[in-house]
Amino acid sequence: MRRLLLLCCLAASPAFAGPDAARQAELEHMVRQDCGSCHGMTLKGGLGSPLLPENMAGKEDAFLATTILDGRPGTAMPPWRGMLSDEDVHWIVDYLKEGRRD
Amino acid sequence: MIKRAVILAAVLPLAVALAACAPQPRGTGDLGLVIARATGQVVVVDNSARKPLSTIDGLGDLSHASVVYSRDERYGYVAGRDGGLTKVDLLTGTLVKRVMQAGNSIGLSISQDGRVVAVQNYEPGGVRFFDADSLEPLSEIPTGSKVVGLVDAPDAKFVFSLFDAGEIWLADLHDPRHPVVTKFPHVGRQPYDGLITPDGRYYIAGLFGEDGLVLLDLWHPEQGTRRILDHYAKNDPALPVYKMPHLRGWAQAGDEILVPAIGHHEVLVIDTTTWTEKTRIPVAGQPVFVIARPDHRQVWVNFALPDNGLVQVIDLPSHQVIDTLHPGRAVLHMEFTPKGDQVWVSARDDDKVTIYDTATRQEITEFKVPSPSGVFFTARAHKIGM
Repeated sequence: MRRLLLLCCLAASPAFAGPDAARQAELEHMVRQDCGSCHGMTLKGGLGSPLLPENMAGKEDAFLATTILDGRPGTAMPPWRGMLSDEDVHWIVDYLKEGRRD
Repeated sequence: MIKRAVILAAVLPLAVALAACAPQPRGTGDLGLVIARATGQVVVVDNSARKPLSTIDGLGDLSHASVVYSRDERYGYVAGRDGGLTKVDLLTGTLVKRVMQAGNSIGLSISQDGRVVAVQNYEPGGVRFFDADSLEPLSEIPTGSKVVGLVDAPDAKFVFSLFDAGEIWLADLHDPRHPVVTKFPHVGRQPYDGLITPDGRYYIAGLFGEDGLVLLDLWHPEQGTRRILDHYAKNDPALPVYKMPHLRGWAQAGDEILVPAIGHHEVLVIDTTTWTEKTRIPVAGQPVFVIARPDHRQVWVNFALPDNGLVQVIDLPSHQVIDTLHPGRAVLHMEFTPKGDQVWVSARDDDKVTIYDTATRQEITEFKVPSPSGVFFTARAHKIGM
């Protein structure tokens, strides 16, 4: 019985498959609106650099993840660690590389 | 005779009917525009009736947008993120003209005489000038750098700062087709925005890359710029800044100017008699807009993420925070009515604008706008710097 409960929990938990659907929606909103306050709501750039798929192409995932988590010292890019988990950041890196999904 | 009577009988009811259809004449002094940033719309609002009047579509990407007004307060000029410059008619609620003038723009200003609209651009970096009637291009000043902090100044001048290059440029538009530029280089790292005092004399740029601000006395440009509040952070480690503050909503009150600190949850108070720091006021987060009520008795402050659901009210001259309000999720902007009885506060993620009575700080009413950002009342038409 106990094992069954545990299995149920595992199956229901999104933690093993990245952010759940609700969190993904929050993250997409955050990328477009809050990252967008510098990078543009359509991510074409502003005070910050453009973040469209063609701008992301060829950049290592780890480099992009580090940039998001730790910021870019000497620029206006702040560290988002504390507001975003590692899983959130991996999802955002994929999202930026793939572009908008609507 | 009979014939004339017949004609009169035919025409009179028509004239009466036309008169009934014609809109009542009205002024525009209590109107304004609210940006609906995600849908490319602006909403015409009435701050006497305290409600939206109409919605104008088709303004493109308004994720960062700013508005200035014609001198008659009838037309609004909207600069959008996509480089579009749009002229809208507040009386008819219609789009008059729209031109794509750059790849990425950030704001605009209108000349002292109301004839020239200046747009500041990130891409390609520079300022472009347009005829306020026709939106025909007049001239441009390429900068090779992102332009921030554009203001209009007396004597047909515009002043702006270069984010990447760390310079302030003063442009003379007496001949709008041939601007004359005076450059002030090496003012400091990454000026992020600028303000001009209400009398049009002092231009102040805030620095992002250094702790300090830069002052230019427009009565004595030959004296050059000077650094003020240098090293105001005093080596305290800076906190992350999740949204760039705006200086354009400057707050000058008597001998004080209140501005956001960068990377510190404080509002800095500048003594304008000595241009030194008078005091600093601890607040709830990284300030974005620091705006004085028109009578200068209160200053309202909103914040960057994660404190962007709050607004704090500072009392002057005591410099005490006297109220903390919760107008909704992601508060982006605040605008006072011309005499300060109301303040309109936009909450992006709750899709609403809330109107407060500034004396009681109680909510008067609210209305829905999709993803609202800036609120701009037509009284801006008569303010230097806008």
